Order: sequence, then structure tokens, then C-alpha cells
Amino acid sequence: MSEYLISARGLTKKFGDFTAVNSIDFDVSKGESFGLLGPNGAGKSTVMRMIGATSQRNAGDLTILGKDPELNGPQIRAHLGVVPQQDSLDMHLSVSENLYIYGRYFGLPRKFVKGKIEELLTFAQLEEKRDAKVEALSGGMKRRLTIARALVSEPEILMLDEPTTGLDPQARHILWDRLFRLKEQGVTLVITTHFMDEAEQLCDRLIVMDKGSIMAEGSPASLIKDYSTKEVLEVRFGSDRNQEVADKLRAMCERIEELPDRVLMYTEDGEALLEKIYASGLHPKTSLVRRSSLEDVFLRLTGRTLIE
Amino acid sequence: MFIPMAVAIAEARVGKRGERYYSGRVPQLLERGFIAFKSSTWMIVLSGFVEPVLYLLSFGYGIGKLLPTITVGNESIKYAVFIAPALLATSAMNGAIYDSTMNVFFKLNHDRIYHGMLATSMGPLDVALGEIGWALLRGFSYACAFMAVVAPLGLIPSLWGLLAIPAAVLIAFGFASCGMAVTSYMKSFQQLEIITVFLLPMFLFSGSFYPLTVFPEWLQFTVNLLPLTHAINLVRGLCLGHINMGLVGHALYFVIMIICGLFFTTKRLNALFMK
Repeated sequence: MSEYLISARGLTKKFGDFTAVNSIDFDVSKGESFGLLGPNGAGKSTVMRMIGATSQRNAGDLTILGKDPELNGPQIRAHLGVVPQQDSLDMHLSVSENLYIYGRYFGLPRKFVKGKIEELLTFAQLEEKRDAKVEALSGGMKRRLTIARALVSEPEILMLDEPTTGLDPQARHILWDRLFRLKEQGVTLVITTHFMDEAEQLCDRLIVMDKGSIMAEGSPASLIKDYSTKEVLEVRFGSDRNQEVADKLRAMCERIEELPDRVLMYTEDGEALLEKIYASGLHPKTSLVRRSSLEDVFLRLTGRTLIE
Repeated sequence: MFIPMAVAIAEARVGKRGERYYSGRVPQLLERGFIAFKSSTWMIVLSGFVEPVLYLLSFGYGIGKLLPTITVGNESIKYAVFIAPALLATSAMNGAIYDSTMNVFFKLNHDRIYHGMLATSMGPLDVALGEIGWALLRGFSYACAFMAVVAPLGLIPSLWGLLAIPAAVLIAFGFASCGMAVTSYMKSFQQLEIITVFLLPMFLFSGSFYPLTVFPEWLQFTVNLLPLTHAINLVRGLCLGHINMGLVGHALYFVIMIICGLFFTTKRLNALFMK
């Protein structure tokens, strides 16, 4: 068995003429928290489904725990906990019944599953909702239940497809906290997201995907270091004037990005740059200095923003 | 090295026949059906039993007054005795169709329950057999309940009629596997209406309420191709004790339906979830 839990070489998936995943290579090590960052339609979910042995590749190699998902689907799925993008909870059952029956689907004995339920309810902070119908839960609770459900089989790899999309900030932070705990327990996480803050918070290492290809790979910090500057100055001159001043601004720093509503200026020292702008006689309506993020990396790599 | 129990269970199935499609989890799916059933709408459950009884009361005793006997072969029988087996066969069909179309459509497209199921170490054939198995359990209990009502009324003249219960389960199996196959191809809720458009005329023309001999030849021929006609002939033959090789033919019709239905359901679920 190779040293990697998941290993892909030339992994390709086509739907008719459309190439959803275009010959990508990556490896995921044990205990690692691995991210796939990219906009909607980048091919992240397709990669997740191929790893999850619910979608067959068209070309390339894919090995999960030393096995080929095309030949050993059930055995691979037994190792995985899957949290899909859209909830697939059983609406006809209560919270604890959902956990129970999901364990049974893996063929686990009744006694074993019943023993797991308490632990999982505590983990998901749903002890008081154990007898509630799934429909009555909030979005954040449903997500936590889905994660708890995925853990019932004690998986080594937890696959999370856009885990916090559609949740409010508080619910997201609760969820992140739960995922950190899993990571501490040694569970390998594979996460897709189009939120850069999520990728920065949760991932040790990630690949940036766009249109089915990998644009870059590395830790969040190294990606920012390699593809962006230390700081970013965001200035707004009003949507009609942004373009007018762009040329002047471009001359003042390493690189700029013109967005419809603002101009991003890449620099090692944002405050100094802002002073320079004022000194040149320009007066932005608003300005903001911030640290570079993965959003900037993505913009640099693709010329587009993550959320469009 | 620590091996999670779920993995050990899946590994134990390596090398078994059809292991990529089937993991032997039908009992678990029936367990799910039972848990959901405990809190389900009892009206739907009850209606499956009440419907044939109401038909029997209104037609059997209403029309039965105007038409005291009806001739089948050389035998003259009471009208209620004539229609009771047909109602049993029809209720087996209706129950199976309800469970395998409406219910399946919602689980497939709305609740996405099968998506969750197939992310586990189960396969699509587990899901197909489990869902159909549940429809059969329901069909079996309806058939028993119906027999418990009609037999004491003297509407089942032959002891062979006991075999009408397994026959009803066979019929339900045929309709459920085909119903699920058809539903798995449906894109919208409206398309499900097509099934109703097909079922209602079949119910009315398949010889439930009068012998097919009243029809012109060409219509008899057409009606004889329909599954419900075979279902009614099978159950009626058993209830009346008219045992002949024809009954085997009717049963075979359903065996073929079952095989085709399961084949297409598994194929389609595989295409939907394992693409």
C-alpha cells in the first residue's frame, strides 16, 4: 500500500463532450486536511464523487487506501464518511433514527450502532433534538446531523462537499469547531469550498481548481506567498472613475486588479501605498488595507473572483 | 492496525456474486421501512385495505342484486364471488404501484434519500430490492386482511384460494419492480400521471367486473396482453379452484415482469448514482 490515503494521476471525467475534470494529479496523506478550492463548476464535486466511488473516471488512475474505486466501490465507501452538498437526510425519521439506520446501512450490528448514537448526538450538539423530526431542524443543525451521520461507521476519511454553504456565520463557526475536533482525532478531511476563509481555516494543504484543472497547490500560507503580496489595498473611486485612475494606480505598485466596484492593489505595505496615492492628488472614496487571502491567489491565477 | 467494523463487513463480501451492486442489506432497508411506517400517515395505510372492501360492498351487493349469478366456464357463481378475486388482484397492484412510484419518486428526487443510502457500502440492487421488498410486505398484509374479510362471507369457494395470498405477493412484486423501473426514468412529478392514465383503463377493462367474453375478439386479444388481466385470471382461478396449466402461464408473466423490472431499476439506479 502506498504512503498516501488517496492518490490521483491523470484523473479525468467527461460528461459527453464536456470535460469536468481534466487530467489532475494529487495526493492526500493520512491525518491531513486537504482542500479543493474553486468556483462553482470547477469540477470539485465531481472529484469528490469519484473518490467516494459513486462516479467512475474516464481516464487516469485513482487509488483510495490502495484500492481502485471502480473495482472495490463498497469496500472503499465503507472507509468514507460522506457529507454531500445537498442534504440527503431521511425526512421520515427522527434525528436519532437517522443516525441509527445509517449505521445499519453499513451492515453494522444494532447494538454497536445504538452505542454510537449518544456519542454522535453529543458531538453534533443535538442531544435535545434526538426525537425531533429532521424537518424541524435549522440549516446548521441539519448539517451537523449529516456530519454525525457520516461518522457512524467510524470512517478514516471524511468527505465534505461545501460544508458551510448556506449557513449563517454563527452556524459556520460551530461547524468549523466540530471539524477541528475531528482533525485533532486524526480523521483525514477532504473538503471542497468556494469560501477562501473556510479553506484558510480548515485546510493544511489545498489545490486551487478552475475549469477542471489544477491551477496551484500548496498550503494556504505558501500559496499566498507564491501568488500574492503580503498586503492588499482596496480602493474605491466610484464605479465610473475606477477605470479612469487605473493606469495611474498601476504605476504605483506591483500589480492591480480592477473589479467592477473597486480596485485591488498588491503591495508589501498597504498604508505606505495609500499615502502615496493621496500624495499623487488622488482621493479614493473609501480605502481598506488587509492581508492577502486565497481569494487574491485565485484572482491572480484565473483573473476571476471565486464567487461570481 | 485498527480496522473499523464497517470496513471488515464490506471486506467480508469481496468475491461474492454481484458484490458491486448488492451487499445483502435488504433486511436493513426493511428495517428502515418499518421505522418510517411507525410514524407514517395511517390513513394511507388504511385506505389500501378499505378500498377493495368498499368496491366489494358497492358492486358485489349492488350489482349482485340485479345479477344474482354469472357464468364462468360451465359453472354458475354468485356475482360477489366473481369479483372478489379481481379486487384482491387489483389491490395488490395498487398498493405495489403506490409504494414504487409516488414514494420512490419523492425519495429519489425530493428527499434524496437514495443518495444518502448509496454513499454507504450498499449498492443499487440493495436499494431496489429493499424498496420493492417493503412494497411486498405491505401487499402481503393487505391480501391477508382482505382474505380475512371475504373468506368468512363464503366468497372463496375453493381451498386453493389460500394460494391467492402468495399469488397476490407475486403480482405485487411484478408491479412494484416495473413501477420502480418506470419511476426511475421520470423527470417530473407530472410525468407520474402517465402511470395513472395507464392503470385506470386497465382496471376497468381487465375483467374485474364482467367476463372478457363480452368484448369483440380484437379487444379481448388486446386486454389479454395486459398484466392485470393475467393477475385477475391467476387469483380467480385459484379462488374458484379452477386449476390448470393456464395458471402457470399467468404466474410466468409476472416472473418475467419481476426480472425485467429489477434489471432496469438496477441499471437506472446505477446510471443515476454511479455515473
